[in-house]
Amino acid sequence: MSITMSAAQGSAGFGGMQARSAETINEPRIAIRNLDFFYGSNRALKGVNLDFPDKQVTGMIGPSGCGKSTLLRVLNRMYDLYPGQRATGEVMMDGENIIAPDMDLNALRARVGMVFQKPTPFPMTIYDNIAFGVKLHEKLSKSAMDERVEWSLSRGALWDEVKDRLNSSAMGLSGGQQQRLCIARTIAVRPDVILLDEPTSALDPISTLKIEELIDELKHDFTIVIVTHNMQQAARCADQVAFFYIGEMVEVSPAVQMFTAPRERRTQEYITGRFG
Amino acid sequence: MTDAPEHMVKSYEQELKRLRTLLTEMGGIVESQVALAAEAIMTLDSAAATRAVEQDPKVDALEREAEQFVIRLLALRQPMAGDLRQIVAALKITGELERIGDYAANVAKRTIVLAQFSLPYSMGGLGHMAQLVQEHLKTIIDAIGESDADKAIEVWRSDQIVDDMYNAIFRELITYMMEDPRNITPCTHLLFIAKNLERIGDHETNIAEMVHYAVKGEVLPDARPKGNSAAYAVVRPKD
Amino acid sequence: MSATIITAGTVPGPAKDVQAARALGRRRHRVNLVVKVLCVVATIIGLLLLASILFTLLWRGATGLSLAVFTQTTKPPGSNGGLLNAIIGTLIQTGIGTLIGAPIGLMVGTYLAEYGRSSPLANAVRFVSDVLLSAPSILIGLFVYELMVQPFGGFSGIAGCIALAVLVIPIVVRTTEDMLQLISPSLREAAVALGAPKWTVIVHICYRTAKDGIVTGILLAVARIAGETAPLLFTSLGNLNWSISLSQPMASLPVTIYQYAGSAFDDWVQLAWVGALLITVGVLALNIVARFALRARS
Repeated sequence: MSITMSAAQGSAGFGGMQARSAETINEPRIAIRNLDFFYGSNRALKGVNLDFPDKQVTGMIGPSGCGKSTLLRVLNRMYDLYPGQRATGEVMMDGENIIAPDMDLNALRARVGMVFQKPTPFPMTIYDNIAFGVKLHEKLSKSAMDERVEWSLSRGALWDEVKDRLNSSAMGLSGGQQQRLCIARTIAVRPDVILLDEPTSALDPISTLKIEELIDELKHDFTIVIVTHNMQQAARCADQVAFFYIGEMVEVSPAVQMFTAPRERRTQEYITGRFG
Repeated sequence: MTDAPEHMVKSYEQELKRLRTLLTEMGGIVESQVALAAEAIMTLDSAAATRAVEQDPKVDALEREAEQFVIRLLALRQPMAGDLRQIVAALKITGELERIGDYAANVAKRTIVLAQFSLPYSMGGLGHMAQLVQEHLKTIIDAIGESDADKAIEVWRSDQIVDDMYNAIFRELITYMMEDPRNITPCTHLLFIAKNLERIGDHETNIAEMVHYAVKGEVLPDARPKGNSAAYAVVRPKD
Repeated sequence: MSATIITAGTVPGPAKDVQAARALGRRRHRVNLVVKVLCVVATIIGLLLLASILFTLLWRGATGLSLAVFTQTTKPPGSNGGLLNAIIGTLIQTGIGTLIGAPIGLMVGTYLAEYGRSSPLANAVRFVSDVLLSAPSILIGLFVYELMVQPFGGFSGIAGCIALAVLVIPIVVRTTEDMLQLISPSLREAAVALGAPKWTVIVHICYRTAKDGIVTGILLAVARIAGETAPLLFTSLGNLNWSISLSQPMASLPVTIYQYAGSAFDDWVQLAWVGALLITVGVLALNIVARFALRARS
C-alpha cells in the first residue's frame, strides 16, 4: 500500500493551476510512535509520530533548537553516550523497539549508520578507515575486504579519486573528499538506514552538489534521513519532508506539497520566511 | 545547447529534458490542429475539421501537466539564470500553445458551418493566410526545441505579413457583405475565421518573444510589428 | 595653526576635538614604549640568568670530562674515579620508574577523560593527582621509605624506582587527560556510530589521535624525574660501589652530585660538576627530542 497525497486548501491558484502532487510514499522502514525525549528534566521532543519510508529520503527541517537533530540521534541511540538523556515511547524497526533497554546497541548501529556535520576521518589510511567498521561486525578475507573497500568507495563517489592511494593517510583529503569518505565508511557495513546530520553545511557548493547527487543514487538501496537547516537542500533532496518546531512535529508531507501548498499555517510561515 | 555540460544532479537534468519534451509534444499536437484547420478551410472537409476539434482536450491536459511540472521545478530545484528563464518561458509558452489550439479548433468548427453555403468567391486568400500561419507555427516550434533565437526573431518579424493579409481580407469581406445581404452570414463566419488566424499569428509572436528571452536573456523591443489596422478601418459604401 | 572643529553631524555627543585626541595618542605611545622597554629588560635578565647557569655548567663541567667518567665507578677521592655506576643507576631507576608509572598514569588519565569525566569520584581523583603533582618530592621519598625501606630493613634500588614512579604518575595523568579531552566528540561519535564498543573507540581512535601528545607527556615526565634527588635519598640512598641489583642501594647521578659537591675533595667536586652537566644535557636532549617528535607529525 502506498499513500497518494493530494493538494489541500489554500492554493486554488490562478487560471485553474493547482500544484497537485501525486507523490508515492513507500511503506515505513522506521515508525516512531509517541516519542518523548528528555535532556535531564527538559523535554526536548513531545509526542512525535513519524514514519520514515523505505528506500526514500526523509528531510527534517525547522529552526535551531526544534529537536530535529535530537530525533536523528535517537534513531541510532547515540544519546546513550551521555547520562541524563533519555527517550520514552516506541521507535519500531523490523519489529523491534530500538529504544528498549535490552536493544543490542552495536548491532543496531550496524543497521543504522550516521554521517556527521563535520567530516571525521580516522587518523589512519583510507583503506583502514573503510575497513574499521567492517572489521567490527564481519570477518572477511583480505580479498573480500579489498572488494568491500572498493565497493564502498565507488558507491561513495570517491573511488576514482583515491584508488591509487588507498594506503595514504585519510587526513590528506580535501573537505568534500573527507565527507564522501565518511559516507563510504558508513555504507561499508551495509546498513539499512543512513542518517545524515547536516552533511554539507561545512562544505563548498560544488562538494555539496556532489553529495546531493550521491544521496539521489544511494536512496535506491538505503533508507535515508537527512537533517538540514537549509530548506532548499531539503527541497532538492527529500521525497518526504517533516517540519519541526519547538520539539513538536508540525507537519509531514511529500516534498512537492510541503513547498508548494503546506497544510499548516506555521509551516507556511517558516518556509516563506515570515517567522515572527 | 547540447554541448553545454550537464547539471551535477542527474535527476534535475532529466526533469529539464522532460519539460522540453512536454513542450514539443504539445507543439506537435497544436501543429496538427492548425494543419487540419487549414485543410478544412480549403476543402471544407468536415472529417478533417472534426479531427482538429477532437485533439483539443489532449492539448488542455498537456497544458495542466506542464503547469504542475513547472511549479514543482520552481519549488524543489531553485533554478537560476538560464534554467530559470527556460522554465518560466515554458510556463507561458504552454499557455500560448493552448490558446492557439483553441483558435484552430474554432476555425475548424466554423468551416463545418460554412460547408452549408455555396460561396461565389474564392477562399484562396484565407487559405494562403492559413498556410502562412501554419509555416510560422512550425518554425517557432522548431525554435523551442532547438533553443534557436534567430528562428524566433524570424517569426516575430513575419507576423507583419499575416496582419497585412488580415486587413485585405477584412476589406474584401466587407465589400461582399455590402454587395448582397445573403452574403452576410457566410462572410461573418469567414471574418471570424480570418480573425482567429490573425490571433494565432499574434500568439506565435508572443511565443517568439519568450523563446528569445529564454535563450538570450534579453527582451525584444516593445514595438512589435503590428500591421493590424482593421480595428480602425471604416469602409463607406460607394453611392 | 588653529584646530578645526569637525562637526559630528547627526551622531550624538560633543563635537570632535582633534587636539585632545592627539594628546591621548601621544600618551598611549609613551606608555607603549615604557612597557616594551620593561619587557625587553625582563627578558634580558631571564636570558642572562639562564645563560650564566649554562655557561657555568659548561665551563666547570666540560673541563672534567674524560673517558674515565664513563668507564670508572665512583671511587675514594684521589683514585681517578668516574660516574659509571651513577649514570647506570640513574638510567635504571628512571627507566623502571617510567615503566611502572607511565602505564598507571595512562590508565588513570583515560579513566578521567573517558569514563569518569565529571563524576564525584573523577573529580576527587583529579584533585588528588594535582596535589601529588605539586607535592614536595621529599615527601614522596619519605612515604616510600616508610613503605618499602623500613619494613624490609634496607635501602634498595626498587624503592627508588617506586618513588620515581609515584612522581611520574600525576604528570602522565594530567597530560593524558588533557590530550584525550582535545579530541573532538564527533570523532568519538563517528566511531560509536559504526558500532564500535567503548574500548575499541579508546584504543584505536582516541589513543591513535592523541598519540603524539601522550608520548610528549611521558617524555616530559622522564625529564623531570631524571634530576630528582630528594626521593632517592630515602629510598635508594646511593651506592659508592658498582651495583645493579634492585634489592641493594643503587647509585644515581643526582645523589652522587649531592654527596660529591659538598665534600672537601677537589676531584669529587669536579666530578659533581660533570654530573650536573650530564644531567642537564640529558634533560635538554630529551626535551628537544620530544619537541621534534611533535613537530614531525603535525
